[in-house]
Parts: sequence; C-alpha cells; structure tokens
Amino acid sequence: MQRYSGFGLVKHALRHHEGWQRQWRNPTPKPRYDVIIVGGGGHGLATAYYLAKEHGITNVAVVEKGWLGGGNTARNTTIVRSNYLWDESAALYEHAMKHWEGLSQELNYNVMFSQRGVLNLGHTLQDMRDIQRRVNANRLNGIDGEVLDAEGVQSLVPIMDCSKRARYPVMGASWQPRAGVARHDAVAWGYARAADALGVDLLQNTEVTGFKIRDGQIQGVHTNRGDIEAKTVGCVTAGNSSVMAGMAGLNLPLESHPLQALVSEPLKPVLDTVVMSNHVHGYINQSDKGDLVIGAGIDGYNGYGQRGSYPTVEHTLQAIVEMFPIFSRVRMNRQWGGIVDTCPDACPILSKTKIKGLYFNCGWGTGGFKATPGSGHVFAASLAKGEMHPIAAPFSIDRFHSGALIDEHGAAGVAH
Amino acid sequence: MFHIYCPYCEELREEEEFHPKGQAHIARPEEPDTCSDEEWGDYLFFRDNPRGIHHEMWLHAVGCRKFFNITRNTVSYEILETYKMGEQPTITAEHLAREEKNAREEKTNNAQVAEGGQQTVGASDAAVASVKGAQA
Ligand SMILES: Cc1cc2nc3c(=O)[nH]c(=O)nc-3n(C[C@H](O)[C@H](O)[C@H](O)COP(=O)(O)OP(=O)(O)OC[C@H]3O[C@@H](n4cnc5c(N)ncnc54)[C@H](O)[C@@H]3O)c2cc1C
Ligand SMILES: [Zn+2]
Repeated sequence: MQRYSGFGLVKHALRHHEGWQRQWRNPTPKPRYDVIIVGGGGHGLATAYYLAKEHGITNVAVVEKGWLGGGNTARNTTIVRSNYLWDESAALYEHAMKHWEGLSQELNYNVMFSQRGVLNLGHTLQDMRDIQRRVNANRLNGIDGEVLDAEGVQSLVPIMDCSKRARYPVMGASWQPRAGVARHDAVAWGYARAADALGVDLLQNTEVTGFKIRDGQIQGVHTNRGDIEAKTVGCVTAGNSSVMAGMAGLNLPLESHPLQALVSEPLKPVLDTVVMSNHVHGYINQSDKGDLVIGAGIDGYNGYGQRGSYPTVEHTLQAIVEMFPIFSRVRMNRQWGGIVDTCPDACPILSKTKIKGLYFNCGWGTGGFKATPGSGHVFAASLAKGEMHPIAAPFSIDRFHSGALIDEHGAAGVAH
Repeated sequence: MFHIYCPYCEELREEEEFHPKGQAHIARPEEPDTCSDEEWGDYLFFRDNPRGIHHEMWLHAVGCRKFFNITRNTVSYEILETYKMGEQPTITAEHLAREEKNAREEKTNNAQVAEGGQQTVGASDAAVASVKGAQA
C-alpha cells in the first residue's frame, strides 16, 4: 500500500500527480472465504478491516451490490457523539469515539474528524430535566458533557436566536466538546483501502440474492456473480436488512424508512459547532467546504425509495430558520434520502441468529455513522470468536422477547 | 407528496393531513396473560417490512380524525387502494403476483395465436386494464 503523507503529496505534485496508485484492487470472487461480510458500507468495511488487523483473518470478502459507501454511509449528516443515556449504549458509542480519535492515523487516511462539539438544545422544562439526567449519566460513564443555560449557548453560537422572542425559546443545552463531524465517504474509503492492503477482497457490483444454509449452519451466499462459500457470514445491510433476513427465513423487528438531508450553497464560515434540537426537530452544521449540512426527520411511512416527502423537508427548514433567522435566504443546493432501519428501542441489533454462523449488524436507524469504528471493532471480534463481544452482547435480538430493551428514544430522539 | 383518498371523507386530500401509523391488521392477542414471551414480543415489536406491497394504517389527523387502511407499494410509493377499518384489502402481494403471472401467460398464448394471423393486442390490453382497474 502506498502510504500517504505531506511529503508524498509534494513528491506527487512534482510528478504531475501521475504516480498515484489505485486505492484498492477489483478482484474476481474466489469460490470460498473464511468470512463473508454482506454490505460494503462503513460498518461492513470496518468489520472486515478489524477481522484482518486484530484477528489475523484475512481470507475475507466484502460483498456489495453497488459501490462502497453508496448506502447510508455517504448519505448521512456526519454527526459523531457518544452522549447516550444508558450504560449499554454509552459503552458502545464511547468505544467508537475512542477509535475516532485516532482513526486518521490508524488508517493513514484523513477522515477529517473534527471535534467541534455538539449541542443538544432544550426548549422546555422537561427537555432541561432530561438533559440534566443524561449529562449526569454520561459523566458517571466517563463521557464528557456539560449542561449549558441559554447564555452559555448564545456565547457558543452567536448567530442563533436564543432570545425570549423565539416561538420555542432556547432554555439551554447539553454540550459534548469531544463530539463533532467526520467526512463520511473518507471513512468508507479509508477502511476499504486498509482492509484491501491486508488481503480482504472487496467485491463491488455483487448482490447477495440468497443464503446457502444446510442443517441450520450457514454455508455461503448466492450472488449475481455465482455462489460464494463461507462458514461465517455477517450481514451489515442497513435499510435492506429485513429483506436479507427474509432470505434466511428470519424475522427482524425493523422498519425501513426514508431519511432525508440537504446541503446549501457554500457560505463563509459562520457556524463552528453542531446544533441539534429534538424539540423543533432539526440539526445543522457547516462543512469545511462552507455548505450548511441539514438533516430532516424520517418519513413516518415504510419506504425503500431512497427519497422522502416534501413536507418533511419543509418542516425541517422551518425549524432551522426558527433557530437561525440569518439563514432564511440561503439557497439549498442538493437534497437526497437514505433508507434507515429503525428498531423499536432506537438501538441497533448486533446478534447471532438461529442459523449457526449467520450474524446480523443492523438497526442503526438514523444514527449509526458515529458508531462505525466501534461497531466494526466489536462485530469483528464476535465473528472471529463465535461469541458476541461484551459490548455487543446487550444488543442481541433476544431482547425483543426477554424485554431487556435499551430505550434510547431520548438520546436518539432527533434523527442524526 | 401523497394524495390520499380518505374512505370516510370520500375525498382526495394532501399528505400533510394524515399520519402513517404502521402495519395494519395486527390483532391483539385475545388472552395476553397466556401468551409466551415469544408471542408477546412478536405482537409488540415484529412488523412486516416488505420491499413491495404493504398494508398500513393511517390517521386522517386534521380531517375526520378516523383511522383507515392503505395498500401501498413501498418502492414506487404508489397508493393502490384505501379502505375502511374492519375491511380487508382487495390488492395483496399474492394477488398481484397471480395477476402478473396470468397476464404473462395470456401474452404467450396470444403470441402463439398471433402466428396464426389473429388480432392479439386487444386481449392482452384488456388483461392489463383489468389489473389497472383493480388498482384505481
Ligand atoms: C440522511 C441521513 C442522515 C444521517 N445522519 C447521521 C448522523 O448525522 N450521524 C450518525 O451517526 N448517523 C447518521 N445517519 C445514519 C447512518 O448513516 C447509518 O446508520 C450508517 O451509515 C449505517 O452504516 P452501514 O454501513 O450499516 O449501512 P450502509 O452504508 O447503508 O451500507 C449497507 C450496504 O449494504 C448494501 N447491500 C444491501 N443489500 C445488499 C445485498 N443484497 N447484497 C449486497 N450488498 C447489499 C448496500 O448497497 C449498502 O452499501 C444518517 C442517515 C441518513 C440516511
Ligand atoms: Zn377523513
């Protein structure tokens, strides 16, 4: 693998940028692998990377029906934070946060992780009580957090309307300074390049059309490019996971919904942190390029169409303009949708199934980008050992029958 | 933007008047106390999530405020029918698969007749129209 560095950049510039290598190979599928990962989003690619890096399992294929990162990984609004309420989810997202903090170095790839802080606004007394409870829980779990009042918020974000005149006045916020944003497609590409260098085969334009199962044990997958065998298969397919489970005769407690985002024309730097509001329902940050990145809520109906309703976008922009009157005449450049797999308790599923050797990693819904490195790390350990990693174990699919739900509707309330 | 026909108001109204409420036709277990954990969990949390035909409950929230059902395609988002609570859908995934199969067979039959110099277009159009009619 050609290593990237500042010196290398200069060297390549002098050679008119003609010496750059391809970032990964484009191999033909082998008949058999030790592990197959279905889905080449961030979570699937991270899983493959950690399998090779930490567990020495390099005979691995990532099978992706489209192109790497073309699912939700490169459709999200890139917010990364770990201030979740319950111990189980705090452990999972904070595990990811620790990986984020060294990720560009680890992958030798600039994922542009920027710890510019995240504000979760409160607009009612109940919001503020919930924020206090969550920040206290975070601190007990060793996760940074502060409760700010309206003046504190105003001093961090001078352009926001924190006055009493607002329709839903800002009363305060939770503030996580270590949170921030990262460049989403670079995360997919960085993991892809590093996994490829360790020998992982990345098979694009390869769609899994069924599972080979004999005597309750997974044997491999059927694809549009022929059958591929493996005794361990991890399915990491986000919004398409119910369909995948159906192919294996399984049922998952998921609903697939469209979730939209939009970006504006580029502006001069005006917003240097991330602002989210559950109550008026909008979230916004400014990319390094200068465009405002704005996320909407899900459409309430099930959908696989990778597009959403106009009223949902309109509602979000109402909220944004309510918080930031200064943005009222900004024009939007692009708008798109992704299909998110929502779970009844707003927490993911990292789990074994009834079929031996077949695992699912899904249900991340509106908020799984932030978990990408942690999810891949613990899922790889689970596949390698055949036992769920302690951080992943509480997210078993059994919880929907045992009743041990992890209710994160508060911390995950606004789609993000 | 959906245009939704409320079967109670008997009018087409805009999407913003309605709220989607998830999968339709879920019967509450008659005796919750005798349910196993498996049955109760299935009833509470496990939903159909098909890529294709979906029967779902909607609320005419700022209209008549009544619940009703919609049969909708979750990929094209086309609304195939709306019907009142207590009624059953006339369009189902099985029904559409059957219609499609019939239409395909009819087409091959007609094609064979066509070799004998017969007019074929009308018949298959009629078959298509009957499917379309059922969707309206
Ligand atoms: C608009 C929007 C905004 C969001 N904002 C945020 C945010 O700010 N912060 C945050 O933390 N999260 C956010 N999310 C959620 C986040 O994007 C996802 O939870 C996360 O990216 C999921 O990653 P993944 O790798 O599991 O899925 P994906 O990236 O969707 O990857 C799944 C892959 O599986 C492939 N696949 C599916 N079926 C098959 C098959 N049969 N065969 C082969 N391959 C298949 C797909 O093509 C896809 O590439 C947002 C999501 C959206 C849509
Ligand atoms: Zn009505």
